[in-house]
Amino acid sequence: MSTSFVLNGKPATLDADPKMPLLWAIREVAGLPGTKFGCGMALCGACTVHLDGKATRSCVTPLSSVAGRNVTTIEGLATARAKAVQAAWIKLQVPQCGYCQSGQIMSATALLETNSAPSDADIDSAMSGNICRCATYSRIRAAIHAAADSVKV
Amino acid sequence: MSNNTLANPRATRRDFLKSAGSIGAVALTIGFELGGATRRAFGAPASPVAAAGFTPNAFLRIGSDSSVTVIAKHVEMGQGAYTGIATIVAEELDADWKQVRVESAPADAKRYANFVFGMQGTGGSSAMANSWNQLREAGGKARAVLLAAAAKEWKVPVAELTVEQGTVYHAGKKRRAAFGALVATAATLPIPETVQLKDPKDFKLIGHQVPRVDAAAKSDGTAQFTIDVVLPGMLVALLKRPPLFGATVKSFDAAAAGAVPGVVKVVQVPRGIAVVAKSFWAAKQGRDALKIEWDDSKAEKRSSAALMDEYRRLADQPGLPARKEGDAVQAIKDAKRKVSASYEFPYLAHAPMEPLDAVVKLSANSCEIWAGDQFQTVDQANAAHTAGLDPQQVSIHTLYAGGSFGRRANPGSDYIVEAVSIAKAFGADGTPIKLQWTREDDIHGGLYRPMYFHKLEAGLNAEGQLTGWRHVIVGQSIVAGTPFAGLIKDGIDGTSVEGAANIPYAIPNVAVDLSTTQTGVPVLWWRVVGSSHTAFAVEAFIDEVAHAAGQDGFTFRRNLLDQHPRMKAVLELAAEKAGWSTPLPPGKGRGIAVAEAFKTFVAQVAEVSVDKDGQVKVDRVVCALDCGTPINPDIIAAQMEGGIGFGLGAILYGAITLKDGRIEQDNFNAYRVLRINEMPKVEVHIVPSAEPPTGVGEPGVAPVGPAVANAIFAATGKRHYVLPFTRVSAS
Repeated sequence: MSTSFVLNGKPATLDADPKMPLLWAIREVAGLPGTKFGCGMALCGACTVHLDGKATRSCVTPLSSVAGRNVTTIEGLATARAKAVQAAWIKLQVPQCGYCQSGQIMSATALLETNSAPSDADIDSAMSGNICRCATYSRIRAAIHAAADSVKV
Repeated sequence: MSNNTLANPRATRRDFLKSAGSIGAVALTIGFELGGATRRAFGAPASPVAAAGFTPNAFLRIGSDSSVTVIAKHVEMGQGAYTGIATIVAEELDADWKQVRVESAPADAKRYANFVFGMQGTGGSSAMANSWNQLREAGGKARAVLLAAAAKEWKVPVAELTVEQGTVYHAGKKRRAAFGALVATAATLPIPETVQLKDPKDFKLIGHQVPRVDAAAKSDGTAQFTIDVVLPGMLVALLKRPPLFGATVKSFDAAAAGAVPGVVKVVQVPRGIAVVAKSFWAAKQGRDALKIEWDDSKAEKRSSAALMDEYRRLADQPGLPARKEGDAVQAIKDAKRKVSASYEFPYLAHAPMEPLDAVVKLSANSCEIWAGDQFQTVDQANAAHTAGLDPQQVSIHTLYAGGSFGRRANPGSDYIVEAVSIAKAFGADGTPIKLQWTREDDIHGGLYRPMYFHKLEAGLNAEGQLTGWRHVIVGQSIVAGTPFAGLIKDGIDGTSVEGAANIPYAIPNVAVDLSTTQTGVPVLWWRVVGSSHTAFAVEAFIDEVAHAAGQDGFTFRRNLLDQHPRMKAVLELAAEKAGWSTPLPPGKGRGIAVAEAFKTFVAQVAEVSVDKDGQVKVDRVVCALDCGTPINPDIIAAQMEGGIGFGLGAILYGAITLKDGRIEQDNFNAYRVLRINEMPKVEVHIVPSAEPPTGVGEPGVAPVGPAVANAIFAATGKRHYVLPFTRVSAS
């Protein structure tokens, strides 16, 4: 059984169990390992991807539900805001172990795409679903603000 | 499965090292090719060109392309070890930071032992202390040989040469050669016995803001963790473990599991029943379909509440002395004023973001392991024992670890041994198998920070001076029954009492006793080890004693620290930077705590707000520390920030509890950890120092709990004696 959708801007057809979570389809079938497994219950955000631009937990999203839709993973980030987020992540030296950071960056980018100048409260509400056990939270917050500032016109 | 294969990333270098002989041997490296998904080095991208090079020692290779590859004996699990290690080498080498990359060392205790453990492994916040002399010398000697090579080629005296950012110059920069142009000659020259190390005032990298070698790869999804390893023909295994610690398989029915599409084999191993499949999803569905009857006859069936009741009773009986000075019992009996309190600490899971995982390729005479390995020598020995091989037949590729906090350094190598035993039961036919834990496996998986009960009493004289201090600790030993049991001296496991037995305050009569308990719940060190509970008990209680003496918590502590100038200095610095004496509005409070862990001194001042419903928000934490020579101030600050967030999550919410032996938490819903909206503002102040560097990965965790508890008292007049402050139920 195969499912067709747009993966990182290109048509993709994955031959897998339609009930397979998108996370594992991306990682093991499409071969894109940047999206991580952390909890399997949409509790930690490590598996965050963009589904039609919206931050989505791929670990609880069945493959069948993305048919015909647009999925973007960390490997496919290309917009100016996404690049600004990644640059800010490096500039402010956000990552420690780094395992959660793909998910953090996907959530942060989705936030900035809809809110170009988020407040601390906006960041709390968009990012509180993403756990970082290294607790890089202060730098995540600072990097989101820095990325927002860097793409202001 | 994808075609994204990971070529054997170490074979070439392994072959080379075999021929290179002992540390200090000079030989040419054999080139290697990088391509596709193969990522063997971390940091600057490796040159795709096969490069002959110069390998002056086991820690360094300089390529003809001028790349500087530093070989790390410590795992990178977030603490910044790779960057710190590379900084030390690059400093003495005068390398160009942009050309420096880091590669993990193979398992080889002869070359890569951690001096603290006498074997290869990472822990105890020891990476920088371990590397300081060893890697400064490694870098310095390599630089000397490169200079000698330039002198030989140019026929000029070494004294006329200078080095800057990976280039050797002669005569005011008229003549120059990049390192890469000198490696062929360098490889023919002897390594000097001794080398003059730099005067710290000349440091260009150490003490400066050197960027992490792993930040870019960890910001674009390319950093490779164990979960990302893909080998040709690789299968994925999930293991069904017993629901109670100590239970075993009585019988099982694998028919339904075996019928799941993609499941290749179901095998029994000592730890349970494993489902080996072509994908995670198939293995997961197969595992869910297993029917297993467990033998609970020897299992731990007690509840944690019952265990705590028992610990409480034990605290009233004599334990073994961990420290005894004067007569604390008499001093407290004679005291004008007595203070007493007891504290309860739960089991805690490490819950690193990357659930435990390992890839094993086992054949009749070799075992190859890929893991975020923290304990190479132990893991190598345990894997060999499980496989029926010699340790030399086991090779380990150490990859980035997605967090650990101590979990991946365990004497039984649980996750490695499981993976090897599955590969063995599968047939040891060379099929690579990735064992993947789920989050539930992790939360249920044991090796927790032990549960503890602490009972403290103190006596004050008429002048409000502390005359006696009694501290009883009850809980499991981390090292008992492991190969590390030799660390137990006179019945005292030092990891149970560190931070308590060495209480720094000047008190004439001190008694610290330990009662070591036994339960069926496996335990392990957890970030900052003993100080994860002792610092709370000592620093919350001293605050209570200060209050009873009618004194300010900061002043009371400071007056008892004359014998500990470094500790006193961080206490004073934290207080000063936090504005300790400035008043706060109602509903807010400030608390202070100080601790020494792994020879680093840390003081923190926490500011909290408590609303009318009693909801606590930690607004700000000011942290001062003395870790000797600061190698990378930004990473030090990051470790303090992270340690504070990690510790805060635990004291606010963290608890693993047992009900009739069954773990009551499954995932991050009931095992709550700190989230971004709960993260305080953190300010870090580093005491300048020329002492040798000490650790920063763990010490920042120790003082945050008591600092927050003391701040809550300042705001509300209420003290917390039971950790965590908030019990979470899954709903």
